[in-house]
Amino acid sequence: MRTEVLLAFLAMAAVSYGIRVMGYLVGTRIPDHPRLRAALAQLPAAILIALVVPMLAHAGPPEWLAAGIVAAAAWFVELLVVPLAIGVVAVVLLRGLF
Amino acid sequence: MTFQRCMGHAAMWTSHDASVLPPPVRLGHKLGMAAPNQPRASDAFTAGVLRSLPVGLGVLVYGLVFGALTAQKGLSLAEASAMSGIVFAGSAQFVALGLWTIPPPVLALVLATFLVNFRFFLMAATMDRVIGDWPKPRALLALFFVTDENWAVTIAAGERPHWGAFFLGTGVVVYLSWLAATILGYVVGSVVSDPREWGFDFAFPAMFVALAVAIGRKTPSPPVWVASALAALAADRFIGGSAPVLLGGLAGACVAAIRAGGRHAD
Repeated sequence: MRTEVLLAFLAMAAVSYGIRVMGYLVGTRIPDHPRLRAALAQLPAAILIALVVPMLAHAGPPEWLAAGIVAAAAWFVELLVVPLAIGVVAVVLLRGLF
Repeated sequence: MTFQRCMGHAAMWTSHDASVLPPPVRLGHKLGMAAPNQPRASDAFTAGVLRSLPVGLGVLVYGLVFGALTAQKGLSLAEASAMSGIVFAGSAQFVALGLWTIPPPVLALVLATFLVNFRFFLMAATMDRVIGDWPKPRALLALFFVTDENWAVTIAAGERPHWGAFFLGTGVVVYLSWLAATILGYVVGSVVSDPREWGFDFAFPAMFVALAVAIGRKTPSPPVWVASALAALAADRFIGGSAPVLLGGLAGACVAAIRAGGRHAD
């Protein structure tokens, strides 16, 4: 293994890990206030929506429809593999249609 | 719930005459001895592994693509596996390959990694509820396993006994999938060169939609969702990198905080 390559990976790893540690430490220091508690409680849902909405924005109608189908499936079935499988099949079929 | 029940026992205990001994079973329970039906950390770990298997499959597909790409870029097998094993951040690793030269452009790589991975800051900020009861060194080490996929699975699973062990289970699945797939993709080459053909490119969006629904249906708050989506779209259009997740997450959290002021509780 080339030393300069390993050093580059270590630098990337340090940045990735450092970000997580900083986030965690900030999270543990958030004072207990009703507003902050509500913000923290809704943060995961907000993060996930912020992850997925741009992904879908870069896609097209087949993906949007398939995403709707996945959302409906996930509402009724908690087991993740079910909406996932339905979504992958749906998107293949829908891409064939469009 | 369990905690309250324990406290109830404790209150009963002190109010009773000290000479009246409770039945031995209750004594054992009160001392925190392992009851046969007590949830165990290893069970929670296993549950985390099982719950994240579908996610691991999605990671596997992308790892295969990534592994094949590292071979094309002239990395050795040891280097490719070292990258996935040490850096362990899918999207940042793809971006890094895009920038790749020899010698490696370290400053550009570090900057790109920072921009792409800054979303982990927000995710890690929500981890106190999951691993906060662990000793600090262990909690800090476990943070290595915070990625989009298994973080989302962990939070969506909801609060449970040994939540941290559950999280570790999800982390191990994603880590091993990513590492194994990198190696396999490197060796086998471009078998899955086009995940699109099989709809596998939709695995990640589908997964995040499903997890968003799983999390959102527990405490529904449409204004939060709308704020998050709009901020993410704007940030994606004008900034890129981790900005959509960061600004979208913060916008949603701000709306939640504002709305919390309107009502008294919750």
